[in-house]
Amino acid sequence: MTAESLIKLIGIERTFILGDSKVHALRNIHLTIAAGEYISVMGPSGSGKSTLLNMIGLLDVPDAGTYQLDGHEIKSLSHDALASLRSETIGFIFQSFHLISRLSAAANIELPLVLAGISASERTKRVSQALKDYGLIDRAEHRPNELSGGQRQRVAIARATILRPSVLLADEPTGNLDSATGEEVVSLLEALNAHGMTLIVVTHDHALGARARRQIRMMDGGIVSDINQADVATSLAT
Amino acid sequence: MKIVDTFRYAAQAATGSPLRTLLVILSMSIGVAAVVILTALGDGARRYVINEFSSIGSNLVIVLPGRSETRGFNPANLVTSTPRDLTVDDAEALLRLPDVARISPILVATTEINAAGKLREVMLLGTNAEYVKVRQMKMGIGRFLSKVEVGHSASEVVLGAEIRREIFGEMNPLGKTVRVGDRRLRVVGVLREGGSGMGMTTDELVIVPIATAQAMLDTNTLFRILVEARSRKRINEVKTSVLKLITERHEGEEDITVITQDAVLETFDKILNVLTLGVAGIAAISLAVAGILVMNVMLVSVTQRTAEIGLLKAIGANASTIRHLFLVEASLLSLTGALVGIVLGYSGAWVLRFIYPNFPAYPPLWAVFAGFGTALISGLIFGVMPARQAAELDPIQALSKR
Repeated sequence: MTAESLIKLIGIERTFILGDSKVHALRNIHLTIAAGEYISVMGPSGSGKSTLLNMIGLLDVPDAGTYQLDGHEIKSLSHDALASLRSETIGFIFQSFHLISRLSAAANIELPLVLAGISASERTKRVSQALKDYGLIDRAEHRPNELSGGQRQRVAIARATILRPSVLLADEPTGNLDSATGEEVVSLLEALNAHGMTLIVVTHDHALGARARRQIRMMDGGIVSDINQADVATSLAT
Repeated sequence: MKIVDTFRYAAQAATGSPLRTLLVILSMSIGVAAVVILTALGDGARRYVINEFSSIGSNLVIVLPGRSETRGFNPANLVTSTPRDLTVDDAEALLRLPDVARISPILVATTEINAAGKLREVMLLGTNAEYVKVRQMKMGIGRFLSKVEVGHSASEVVLGAEIRREIFGEMNPLGKTVRVGDRRLRVVGVLREGGSGMGMTTDELVIVPIATAQAMLDTNTLFRILVEARSRKRINEVKTSVLKLITERHEGEEDITVITQDAVLETFDKILNVLTLGVAGIAAISLAVAGILVMNVMLVSVTQRTAEIGLLKAIGANASTIRHLFLVEASLLSLTGALVGIVLGYSGAWVLRFIYPNFPAYPPLWAVFAGFGTALISGLIFGVMPARQAAELDPIQALSKR
């Protein structure tokens, strides 16, 4: 299990200073995640789940503890190395989509490829494939404000997965969607997970959280429960 | 990120907010246009003055009596006080110098012209037949003064175009007799209209042979001697040999001043170049202001696009990529502004030339490049701070903004 672990957090601590009070966003987090897992992180507001997600996504660095991603020791990496590791292994999906409003759907999807310096012809090929995969071909030249919420989140997912990252981090991916389109987006994410992509979803939504095979609950910056449905199933069977 | 993509992304970001971009480009272009137009004015003034002076005639060395005191105290000045006069003989002697092509003695006075019952005060110029060539003047009708032996004189007169019009109207003046001072002279020619030089128009001039003028004024001194060198290169040799010869003839007294047209031109050239530079400097201030505006706009842009910057970081952009994006955007704004400004400036200069056809308002090339360069550099310099601010944004906070 540890040999194939993709994400390994040991004794992670993270404190923010708000005004003159210290906020312990993460305290003594130990977490090991294997490639291909489907994890939900739940907990009340301010429980540190978003900070955990940012930490895993290399947007934040721990004050103490060690974090290994895909065999890399995060502490030893420079900012630029973090940026390129992030672009290779992490895909982000946000509640508010974060699409760039002046760019077309296709251009938004293309952005990670552009930043990674991939050639134009290769980019066109990959983007048209992604448009096909996510059913966005006839929306390719539309701006985000001409798209429905579900279409926007599909564009965001296409953008997050265009570089074939090994980890997909979703922060309330259905928060701004109605239940039908939310369901559609979740099945899309689950399909990606079924193809081997590690999926970590942060959510308030219990129904959504319950769909994950492994469910983590957080409270006041610590992990209070970590239940693996597969283990439960095996324990029930015996 | 590839350079082409960086430029395209920056250009899209700029066109993404057209009004903002338009205003920056406008302010930058006004700055550059100001540099171009104002230097066109300054340099135009320089060319205008140079042209005026060049019309005196080329390769000229001008000899005037009296010495300009530029060498400090000289005990010789205590002994001799009044300078010797320049005479026609001095002028004739100069003609024998090598490298001297022509000479033209000049005597100037005011007198009256009287003909066909009309009387008018005029400027009288006594000179020789060579004058028309030395000064490169053009005849309207008839011919210039005829060549005569030294000391002799023909009873001829050449009129300026304005004098001819006032006295003879549309009548043909050639062969008519006019009274100049106390002499009766025959009109042999009229100068072409619009001639000028030495600060006066030739239209109101009456030109008579030097001997006639000297007799009329009862004098044998000269006002000037114009010496034409064989070529422009020989001017300095001619200058020294003229000085040496006249000094010899004046018993070792250096009591004349020899000036060359080049020296005069050079002085004016210097003065007006400084003027142009000063004007360009003033215009450059508006460029600096435009640069600050670029900075302001880019700072606003960083604030407006916080979420976008956070996103770019989340999807793998490093700090230097973000910095480049914003720097390139700032320089694209300045570059476009500079180009538009050059077009505006050249059109402005064209309009000036259209309104004042005599005024050569061409922007000097150095000013165009300097304006362009200053615009670009100020855009870059003032773009650095916003770009750095964008690059240093914390992605988490940036992403939490809508």
